Amino acid sequence: MTAELPIHTAEKLTGIRAQFPILHQRINNKPLVYFDNAATTQKPQRVIDKIVHYYSTDNANIHRGIHTLAERATIAYETTRSTVQAFINASEKEEVIFTKGTSESINLVAFAFGEVFVQAGDEIIISTVEHHSNIVPWQILCERKGATLKVIPVDDAGELIMDEYDKLLSAKTRFVAVNHASNSLGTINPIKEIIEKAHQYGAKVLIDGAQAAAHLEIDVQALDADFYTLSAHKVYGPTGVGILYGKRALLEAMSPYQSGGEMISEVTFEKTTYNEIPYKFEAGTPNIAGVVAFNEALEFVTETGKEHIAQLENMLLKYATETLGRIKGIVPVGTARNKVSVYSFVAEGIHHFDIGQMLDASGVAVRTGHHCTQPLMSRFNIEGTVRASFAVYNTREEIDIMAESLERIIRFLK
Amino acid sequence: MENIINQRQEKIIEEFSVLDGDQEMTIFYIMELGQKLPDMDEEEKTEQNLVKGCQSKVWLMAHLTDGKVTFNTDSNTAITKGLASLLVRVFNNCTPDEILQAEIYFPERIGMNRYIGTQRSNGFGAMIKQFKLFAIALKTKLNV
Repeated sequence: MTAELPIHTAEKLTGIRAQFPILHQRINNKPLVYFDNAATTQKPQRVIDKIVHYYSTDNANIHRGIHTLAERATIAYETTRSTVQAFINASEKEEVIFTKGTSESINLVAFAFGEVFVQAGDEIIISTVEHHSNIVPWQILCERKGATLKVIPVDDAGELIMDEYDKLLSAKTRFVAVNHASNSLGTINPIKEIIEKAHQYGAKVLIDGAQAAAHLEIDVQALDADFYTLSAHKVYGPTGVGILYGKRALLEAMSPYQSGGEMISEVTFEKTTYNEIPYKFEAGTPNIAGVVAFNEALEFVTETGKEHIAQLENMLLKYATETLGRIKGIVPVGTARNKVSVYSFVAEGIHHFDIGQMLDASGVAVRTGHHCTQPLMSRFNIEGTVRASFAVYNTREEIDIMAESLERIIRFLK
Repeated sequence: MENIINQRQEKIIEEFSVLDGDQEMTIFYIMELGQKLPDMDEEEKTEQNLVKGCQSKVWLMAHLTDGKVTFNTDSNTAITKGLASLLVRVFNNCTPDEILQAEIYFPERIGMNRYIGTQRSNGFGAMIKQFKLFAIALKTKLNV
């Protein structure tokens, strides 16, 4: 089925798949088809090797040590910071903060920005397509400060209704938090426009880039984003590593989040002064090996080329939309014009759990349920969906396998 | 005295052994068992009849007739309904005492975990517990 692809692309794809050892196994005696990439991507060998290498040769605690290993570990850790800076085009590397994931990044901003800048009567805008981790921290902040949460609605395709956003914005708007791409539906949101409009009212904006980072170009300066978050494990990197980008002036003005080692400048029992950014927000010993290995993941993405990745994934999405959409009884959920490679659907009269379980029996890994977006599911009057999400190493043949299995399930259960 | 519950369990183990560990066939078979079970009336699918601890919705009701318990179950997912139907088959028309004393070993023997995963296995455990809770309640009723 790769006939439509130029030969060099097919060869490159084979080369890409070969780099992911986990993909070459059988599940229930069938070749593994991994379509749960929006939950977490698999890791190329170079990322795995880097973790082993780090612990085998360089392991030490970073920043404070004077010895050679500490120096090596620190350099490796800080190298990733510079790579992330380039990856998202931040103006300086101090604006890149390591966290343990997007959830922590958002919680950090909700607390540390909220503490200083949000007051009773203020309004915070989120959207209907948010993951719970970009809803709940803002609810908690609103409760703590007496602010109000407003929600941008979506239309039937799963696109934000921008006219409604315009109506929500006012002088009371203090903060806007939306995702770059939706994890449940794949919708790519018009974040540049969202940021511009928020800025006209003096509001600051956080973009949850968890679902975008592996697929879309990110340029925080061109976007004029105040905050941008992502998770390493969704970009072929290790779990337990996340990024928070923030504009220097904002990060400096914000209160500390967690306290402990690294984040201090000077501690006396009378008063503690805090370290400079980014260290002010990096209390405690971080996931050093994870951060170090994340560098390899980013290099993998950069070397593969985001444009090439987008081309492959768009091809897969288009093929899945046609192939799976053709199956009788399948109703796609989320039909936005611009999508990352996520195909979410329900099957008439069949519970998504049953489909997920049956697909697993065929070696196909998909996600079923509400995808941590219960308000969005309510908007579509459904309990959950089956979600197939594609990465750079997936193929059309794998979509064929899924389609064939899906047809068998539907035929049986009808 | 013959143990009717164990006889039924042995029969289930035998049936599943024919499937020879094939994942897909086994799940299809479980769903087929569920399809054979009559649907519950919509008005009986109440919050109160829901089994707690299951991710899917499972409704379970029990009635006492001539000292024996009959069960009525349904689920919003086909696999879970099939699993529930297996338990109904094992426990139906037994006395509360028989149900309470029963040791349910067939899931382990057929390697249920492998077919339905940990989450559903936990739910299956919750179902077994609910059957036994009904037996306790109905036993109390018998003794009043």
